[in-house]
Amino acid sequence: MTNHWNDLKNSDCILVMGANPAENHPISFKYVMQAKDSGAKLICVDPRLTRTAAVADIYEPLRSGTDIAFLGGMINYILENELYHKTYAANYTNAQFIVNEQYGFDDGLFAGFDPEAKRYDQALWAFETDSRGVPRRDVTLRHERCVARLLKKHYARYDLKTVSKITGTPEESLLAVYKTFAATGEPSKAGTVMYAMGWTQHSKGVQNIRAMCIIQLLLGNMGLSGGGINALRGESNVQGSTDHALLYDSWPGYLKVPRDSHKTLAVYNENNTPESLDPLSVNWWQNYSNYSVSFLKSMFGENATPENDFGYAWMPKCKDGRSYSWWRLFKAMYHGQVNGFFAWGMNPAASCGNITIIRQAMTRLDWMVHVNIFDTETSDFWHGPGMKPETIKTEVFSLPACTWVEKEGSITNSGRWMQWRYAGPKPLGESKDDGQIIIELGDRLKSLYAEGGVFPEPIRNLKWDYTTDGHFDPHKVAKAINGYFLKDVTINGKHHKKGTLVPSFSLLQDDGSTSSGNWLYCNSYTEEGNKSERREQQDAANTIGSYPEFAWAWPLNRRIIYNRAAVDLKGEPWDPRRWVVRFDGKVEDGKYVGGKWVGDVIDGGGMPLENPDGTVNGGGRHPFIMRAHGVGQIFGPGLKDGPFPEHYEPLESPIAENFMSSQRRNPLLRYSEKRDFPSRADPRFPIVCTTYRLTEHWQTVTRAVPWNLELQPHVFVEMSHELAKMKKIKTGERVLVESPRGKLECTAVVTHRLKPMKIVDQTVHQVGIPWHFGWRWPSGGTEESVNILVATTTDPVSEIPEYKAFMVNVSKNS
Amino acid sequence: MSKGFFIDTTRCIACKACQVACKQWNRLPAEKTVNQGNLQNPSDFSFTTYKLVRMNEAIIDGKVHWLFFPDQCRHCRVPPCLLWAQNTDAIYQDKDTGAVVYTSETQHLKAEDIIGVCPYNVPRRGKDGLLAKCTMCNDRVKNGMEPACVKACPTGALNFGDLQAMRAMASERLAAVKQTCPDASLLDSNDVRVIYLTAFVPQKYHNYAAAFDAKHRRTR
Repeated sequence: MTNHWNDLKNSDCILVMGANPAENHPISFKYVMQAKDSGAKLICVDPRLTRTAAVADIYEPLRSGTDIAFLGGMINYILENELYHKTYAANYTNAQFIVNEQYGFDDGLFAGFDPEAKRYDQALWAFETDSRGVPRRDVTLRHERCVARLLKKHYARYDLKTVSKITGTPEESLLAVYKTFAATGEPSKAGTVMYAMGWTQHSKGVQNIRAMCIIQLLLGNMGLSGGGINALRGESNVQGSTDHALLYDSWPGYLKVPRDSHKTLAVYNENNTPESLDPLSVNWWQNYSNYSVSFLKSMFGENATPENDFGYAWMPKCKDGRSYSWWRLFKAMYHGQVNGFFAWGMNPAASCGNITIIRQAMTRLDWMVHVNIFDTETSDFWHGPGMKPETIKTEVFSLPACTWVEKEGSITNSGRWMQWRYAGPKPLGESKDDGQIIIELGDRLKSLYAEGGVFPEPIRNLKWDYTTDGHFDPHKVAKAINGYFLKDVTINGKHHKKGTLVPSFSLLQDDGSTSSGNWLYCNSYTEEGNKSERREQQDAANTIGSYPEFAWAWPLNRRIIYNRAAVDLKGEPWDPRRWVVRFDGKVEDGKYVGGKWVGDVIDGGGMPLENPDGTVNGGGRHPFIMRAHGVGQIFGPGLKDGPFPEHYEPLESPIAENFMSSQRRNPLLRYSEKRDFPSRADPRFPIVCTTYRLTEHWQTVTRAVPWNLELQPHVFVEMSHELAKMKKIKTGERVLVESPRGKLECTAVVTHRLKPMKIVDQTVHQVGIPWHFGWRWPSGGTEESVNILVATTTDPVSEIPEYKAFMVNVSKNS
Repeated sequence: MSKGFFIDTTRCIACKACQVACKQWNRLPAEKTVNQGNLQNPSDFSFTTYKLVRMNEAIIDGKVHWLFFPDQCRHCRVPPCLLWAQNTDAIYQDKDTGAVVYTSETQHLKAEDIIGVCPYNVPRRGKDGLLAKCTMCNDRVKNGMEPACVKACPTGALNFGDLQAMRAMASERLAAVKQTCPDASLLDSNDVRVIYLTAFVPQKYHNYAAAFDAKHRRTR
């Protein structure tokens, strides 16, 4: 989240789209209700009328997979009616930037597309720059290639009629949503979005979110209290896990994993350090090498020296252009290229798309180590449906892990708040803390590699001092993550002793004198203590519910990021009532001669861009400090599937063509034409299916808990009365849902909350199925995972599967 | 001090935290349930289910509504079950809190009569002949804590406190809700300690939501 959970209460308008927080994040609804108490409008857009929609002021349906059309229509509405925040758009976004003349867009494709490689040459989307490399601007917005003009041209195609045609949402419904949300373009108003997997789990997932970013930049909602882009993470610590580099393509703190061609640390750092000669651009990533070197020092300690590139050679590299994401891993496993597998706190045999393939892949392993609190479909894959145990050679080791209430450590929530948690009861039986399991594994590996092994240096040189009295000590890890001074240093006149904790990432160095396991978390555990343990109830001076001494947020305890955009050019809040930061300046002759920012931790220091007398202040800084050019990206040339979101149909769709262009699907999608999946409007699979979660269950875990199973005992399919009548299905009946991948037996929930949609002259039905289930629990084995139906297509950037839109058929179970 | 609940159904998101909190506090076992074709489970009160979020779809003025009603014993001010039983060893009313409490002596009562006389169809019989229902978490309340369900509720749908305070809260909230929902009402607010606010007529939520049907001026 750019903002955080509590901040939701400050919003004037909350758009829930691609999410269902009433069901999946019920505690957040405390704050949503408070917003409503203050007069905020709650808008919910969803294929189904969910529990969120049930309490919304406005609910409108849409066909699953058409979010970009819907949002594109909103962009068009905002531009046509001039509802954008003019000063904000002009100064804080790249609306004025001029794009080079090679850029173009025609019939669904941007310039530079290579149909063989299925790739764009993004150089054709670059900005025109001056001699310093700073993008050229047209402040009049008249240049035909300035971003504002290109934006208008692109989204003029998303008129109400076309959008309604694609989404199935009536025109007056679109207008109701657009009008209400776009009213937050008024400078002192703030609108926010709550989104989750309903946006990400599509073959255009990243572009779905991009569309909303454009809207929020146009309306001037980024950086404001009650504004922002609020991603609702699906697990209490998944934010922490991505921060600490659970994903293959990052090092902690969203540094990039090195590629094969980055032969030395210098080359690696150079490739990842953006440059900007704009004196007003903070360009924070210019400090990249401070973070990468400090990370290497945290990994290898004294073994990392300038002479050996700080151990850079011991870190794994990815082949250039190759992806090692989830689906690629299982594909390699399926083809026998993976011998051993740790399934650590996850259950891919229930949670992955096309699970039949996943489960087959597991039969090709030599060994699997399953670390979890229960048996799952994964640990027990070898005797699951359709398996012949006598033919499977995989040896499965089960390591019982204890639960989250039995261990100490931190979690980082969606709002970037790192909170320390304590152990309650001792772990049951032989179960152990994951940290302890890793310590014991690491100890054993180190002693084995001490005697030999292939390429032993990474393991031998790994810094491995995270225990106290032989037990995993989370405090030692948390401190290592924060980072230490490794020698006595003096920075900006202040002296720091060797062995003390670094108070801020602005002090991290690339000469090996500092270590930090994750630069983003530098400031979380300092000589003042473990800030994530704090529970102070005092709010900040801006009284917007930031509670700056309750836990700790990255970066540097900044509660609302991009908050520099929450003030005008002189440093005065756009919204005085819910101000986030403010510049208390010392003024002489109409000019700021000094002063400080108050309120939240300011993004990037410096001064406001303008003096009180309207002249330029040379100490001013652009607000979006993590971008090289310092401004929010309306035109986004860095994403490989396009600088502007464009509507494409999902891989599997009910209609024969894309009404926007002749480019039916995301042009970067790779899929095998030979595979049996529905091509165009396949009559065998005419119904759109989506999958989602429920309040009553959590992931694939809670089916083993009787109180949860009591609430939702069976996997079910929600369908409209119209579809049920057509299929002669009664509510409560067991039915079959089928896709080219498999069949699922489930209970029919016939409801008014789903309605058939009219897409031109075609009636399109949608159904929905929760994904919590799997044959292992309940132990009768009758409730299988819906992922048996899901295809293996993914978003080309994030490679998240398209769980939210695929084609099925429904029939009575005879 | 006489206690009460104010239950604002307009704030209920059917998260069922209340349902599970009740089970946890009272150490009640989970029932083996079957999906009846909707998202509500169990389908009714039982000897081991005292708190139940009823979920009902209704079409009102052409619009689809999904109405949530976190149902429980009303702890009536003049409880029909208590009057009928005439046995304060089995059913009594706590003098301080007003909670209507059932003991194991209910095994000597005729269950179908007790259930039949309840306007809200709440009490249920166990295999051993005992009757059970919501206890108002009287043990918690008498120790200065709020009922488990109220503590678990994230949105403020469930509120608990002195009855007078709850009535005041209910009236204030009714006035606010009536601005957009003219059929909003407080259900049997003079007769019960558990005051529900519904945005639409109570029958849309559950047949036994209200004892007194204001529209047709009749009592069950």
